[in-house]
Amino acid sequence: MKAIVTVVGKDSVGIIAGVCQILAEFGINILDISQTIMQGYFTMMMIVDLDGCSIPFRELSGTLSDYGNTRGLSIRIQREDTFDAMNQL
Amino acid sequence: MLSHNNIFDTIAMFDQQHLDIRTITMGISLLDCACEDTGRCVQRMYDKIARKAERLVSVGEAIENEYGIPIVNKRISVTPIAIAASGCDTDDYTVFAKMMERAAEACGVNFIGGFSALVQKGFTPGDLKLIRTIPRALSETELVCSSVNIGSTKAGINMDAVAMMGRIVKETAHLTADRDAIGCAKLVVFCNAVEDNPFMAGAFHGISEADSVIHVGVSGPGVVYHALQGCREAPLNVVAETVKKTAFQITRMGQMVAAEASKRLGTEMGIVDLSLAPTPAVGDSVARILEEMGLETCGTHGTTAALALLNDSVKKGGVMASGHVGGLSGAFIPVSEDEGMIAAAEDGTLNMDKLEAMTCVCSVGIDMVAIPGDTDAETISAIIADEAAIGMVNSKTTAVRILPVEGKHVGDRIEMGGLLGSAPIMPVHKKSSSAFIRRGGRIPAPLQSLKN
Repeated sequence: MKAIVTVVGKDSVGIIAGVCQILAEFGINILDISQTIMQGYFTMMMIVDLDGCSIPFRELSGTLSDYGNTRGLSIRIQREDTFDAMNQL
Repeated sequence: MLSHNNIFDTIAMFDQQHLDIRTITMGISLLDCACEDTGRCVQRMYDKIARKAERLVSVGEAIENEYGIPIVNKRISVTPIAIAASGCDTDDYTVFAKMMERAAEACGVNFIGGFSALVQKGFTPGDLKLIRTIPRALSETELVCSSVNIGSTKAGINMDAVAMMGRIVKETAHLTADRDAIGCAKLVVFCNAVEDNPFMAGAFHGISEADSVIHVGVSGPGVVYHALQGCREAPLNVVAETVKKTAFQITRMGQMVAAEASKRLGTEMGIVDLSLAPTPAVGDSVARILEEMGLETCGTHGTTAALALLNDSVKKGGVMASGHVGGLSGAFIPVSEDEGMIAAAEDGTLNMDKLEAMTCVCSVGIDMVAIPGDTDAETISAIIADEAAIGMVNSKTTAVRILPVEGKHVGDRIEMGGLLGSAPIMPVHKKSSSAFIRRGGRIPAPLQSLKN
């Protein structure tokens, strides 16, 4: 199952490294990354493959969100289907 | 391939524009629970609801978490109790309302609909028992919703039922007078009621439906409003195109959630209801969409035309996005549940007459309107009759959900909280309609009913 991780917040050193470390820890493969600064905010989206993920989705989502809160970032993970359904015919 | 902008535009819809699935509603047939012994019948109904909807809330929450889509309400609708309980040896149908309340609590849903009767052409003894019980049922429960269908394009309007429902609304208001007539917020009087409506308070599980089904109601006034801000001063055909595209996106989301929920629950998928359902939150208002089109205040001249465009575009955009569109499918205009409508009503620009005109071109009717507590039952019946006539002649669903709040007058305001919102007391015409309502009988079905 593919999912999309999005990260939004104030830019600082080590955001990508921090998020990637969590993903690697749980065996999640990153398929694509795109990152930019939009209206002064750091925004990143990653397409990830959850097939090798070692924990349930809900826990992963909580872990990422908690990590975001410690750094003042909004981090969420959603199944890719949500974006496919709304943006592709 | 999804672009960076696709992703963040979609997230902004959820985060800033109040996009959500308004409801996942499980319809459950109670026809196979019928039994002469009332106690046994009640138990069988309870067991079936509790069994079928046991996982509804947890599945809804799991989908919410995985897909990142807020699902505001999880609800249940059942076969109209007047039909399902008609063989029982009791005159007091409150036992069925209390059974529904207990089942809803056990499943963790926030409303259960189907304390209903369909009397567009005439009453059965079960219908009469149920209707007479409505005021007590709604005052003694919190989660139970009731509806009565009093007319249809095919059958005409049952004016005896219309007269009766005026009195029932008054009595319900009286029994819940200490809570600003909250009972009336759970009571809908329909013409052309639909069998697969997922929205409360009017949801019931029609007798032609499968044993259990999953219906999904989408929302999204905030997303449409935001999209229209990007085409200010453009011609109205551009506005229509923009609404269509947005409605398509919203409905695709609804279709995906409906398919996933029905798969996980092992239940047939019913329909996606393409309604624009507002909430009292700022930025989630249908009235503000109409104002964004260029009206100073909702309710002024031009409102009906703007609403017609909006309603039609939502349907055109949504219909291709879902395999099965149904329910009410149109823009809702509940006064108390829409921040812009509340403001327009308080301002005096939006009045009952304009609301009635608006219901000719959208879903659903005079909805969540608070009126003075001293309004007589015949006036309420006449308001119901007018709405039913619009529905009957135009082959569409119309409804009245009206709150005559005891002790309140024009200029006062009631607060219901949550999604039910708050409402200014709106004036009604003072001249009497009682001689008309007292005639009773039936308004014959219109010529458009003869289609064969």
